[in-house]
Amino acid sequence: MNQKLKIADKEFTSRLFTGTGKFSSSKLMRASLLASESELITVALKRVDVTNDEDDILTHLNHKHINLLPNTSGVRTAKEAIFAAELSREALQTNWVKLEIHPDPRYLLPDPIETLKAAEELVKLGFVVMPYIHADPVLCKRLEEVGAQCVMPLGAPIGSNKGLKTQDFLEIIIEQSNVPVIVDAGIGAPSHAAHAMELGADAVLVNTAIAVSQNPISMAKAFKMAVESGRMAFEAKLALIKNQAEASSPLTSFLN
Amino acid sequence: MSHFKTLFDTYNWDFILQSIFNKTEVEVKQALAKEKRDLEDFKALISPAAKPFLEEMAYKSKVLTKKRFGNTMQMYAPMYLSNECQNICTYCGFSLTNKIPRRTLTDAEILKEVAFLKHKGYDHILLVTGEANQKVGVDYINNAIRLIRSHFSNITIEVQPLDQDEYELLIQNGLYAVLVYQETYHRDEYKKHHPKGKKSNFDYRLDTPDRLGKAGVHKIGLGALFGLEDWRADSFFTALHLQYLQKTYWKTKYSISFPRLRPHSGGLDPKVEMTDSDLVQLICAFRLLDEDVELSMSTRESEIFRNNIVNLGITSISAESKTNPGGYSVEPQSLEQFEISDERSTEKVVEMLKSRGLEVVWKDWEYFSY
Repeated sequence: MNQKLKIADKEFTSRLFTGTGKFSSSKLMRASLLASESELITVALKRVDVTNDEDDILTHLNHKHINLLPNTSGVRTAKEAIFAAELSREALQTNWVKLEIHPDPRYLLPDPIETLKAAEELVKLGFVVMPYIHADPVLCKRLEEVGAQCVMPLGAPIGSNKGLKTQDFLEIIIEQSNVPVIVDAGIGAPSHAAHAMELGADAVLVNTAIAVSQNPISMAKAFKMAVESGRMAFEAKLALIKNQAEASSPLTSFLN
Repeated sequence: MSHFKTLFDTYNWDFILQSIFNKTEVEVKQALAKEKRDLEDFKALISPAAKPFLEEMAYKSKVLTKKRFGNTMQMYAPMYLSNECQNICTYCGFSLTNKIPRRTLTDAEILKEVAFLKHKGYDHILLVTGEANQKVGVDYINNAIRLIRSHFSNITIEVQPLDQDEYELLIQNGLYAVLVYQETYHRDEYKKHHPKGKKSNFDYRLDTPDRLGKAGVHKIGLGALFGLEDWRADSFFTALHLQYLQKTYWKTKYSISFPRLRPHSGGLDPKVEMTDSDLVQLICAFRLLDEDVELSMSTRESEIFRNNIVNLGITSISAESKTNPGGYSVEPQSLEQFEISDERSTEKVVEMLKSRGLEVVWKDWEYFSY
């Protein structure tokens, strides 16, 4: 049994976080997310009709193991993000927020300056802030300093399925961080997810690779297993990779 | 300050058209093999030489669209507010010289149309008017936006081009996107089709997306009206316009529409015909050029065409549209701008989309700034 992951006051058995976009139906979304056994599922506030008790997405996410993680997708500034977070806290009764500020609508790359500003303010307002950011080690430390409860650096541009293109920086972030590191965006295959977990990431967030696959339910299970396996390997301490064979005659034997 | 006109004026229509027709099979194959494509590749993909590769283009377009947009389709509905117009446009039912009863919806009438569309499920709305500064100027549009904004999460307009400060005002009051089609990028042909009214000013219209970008609008919709001039050259200039805007106003989203001339009162026959196969080729070529741009399909096209194009690159679609003011509930018999082709109900179109593996998205926006 892998160690549990703790973010703010919540403990998670599953280290696979998922999203709700791009599925071909709400029914299939629900079945896939349940198959993933994910306990933290992000939903774009802009897709939800908060005035409707029977909103199609929300009703399909109603399950005792599922915690909702509203995200601020669509905002372009810190000010808009704070407005969105307040709205989601009121409408969805949660103070958790995935802070996404991507003014660039093409690659949806996060704005580090606005994100830091918004994170600082939201923490003061009592939110559990999970910021989506570039794999920038200094920014991660700055976010930690203002009270972000975790950091969510990207592996590659969102939806690209390219895997851990930012690996060198992710390793520095994981090494330095005092808060959980969740690799978000770019994870396109279970092997990418396992790799992130082996590197010591605390969790991964996967959406497109599950939602757009030919069989989302099977793919969700595959990711679940990959994340568990990668974490188990990390906890069991992976053998170091050796670049060359060890010399058969020790170099320092003359000392004996 | 940056203006597209500066770039546009360095291009020559005839030269571009010739270079598209000169594209070879080898260049098409190269364009297909690439991961990132440029405007030269786009030319190859819309050229006659690409026709034998249509199936491959459609497949690639489908895969790219699915990756970026998922298995979803955004629904929207147009709502015509007025058919008043001071312009003469040779192809349009609302043209000044057409002797038709003119009508502009009152607040009460607008709300009646709103209720009808809300009942159908729509949450993204497109407001349309002609160009008549006295009757449907910026004050009228601003009033309409304020009137309906609590009913729709996403408001787009397709009205006369406005000044930057006017757009800023509308954005402040809840405007999300603006559609402004150049109709044709052929300057002389444009003059012929727009002989009178403010719209006869080609350069002011060409500069409109720049003003919108500077005003900070969330989305700009581009397009050409196919049938006025050669669709290939017009599409090249649309793509050129798109790429310029994306680099200059990088916070704004873009969408492309593909209107083909439809019959209307006082009609005009297309000068250059665009076949169904041409339209499929163009839609796929736009997707292969740009994975992120939204591609929109109206009810101008037929049922069969729409059923099949929804999986090949299109990301937003309307249904059951009325192109006359009050057409949904207030005065269904008033004169329409053009005849729609796909007359199915919203429910039927939704059913069709679901049967094709697409989740219908009604709401994908929330105003976070007021």
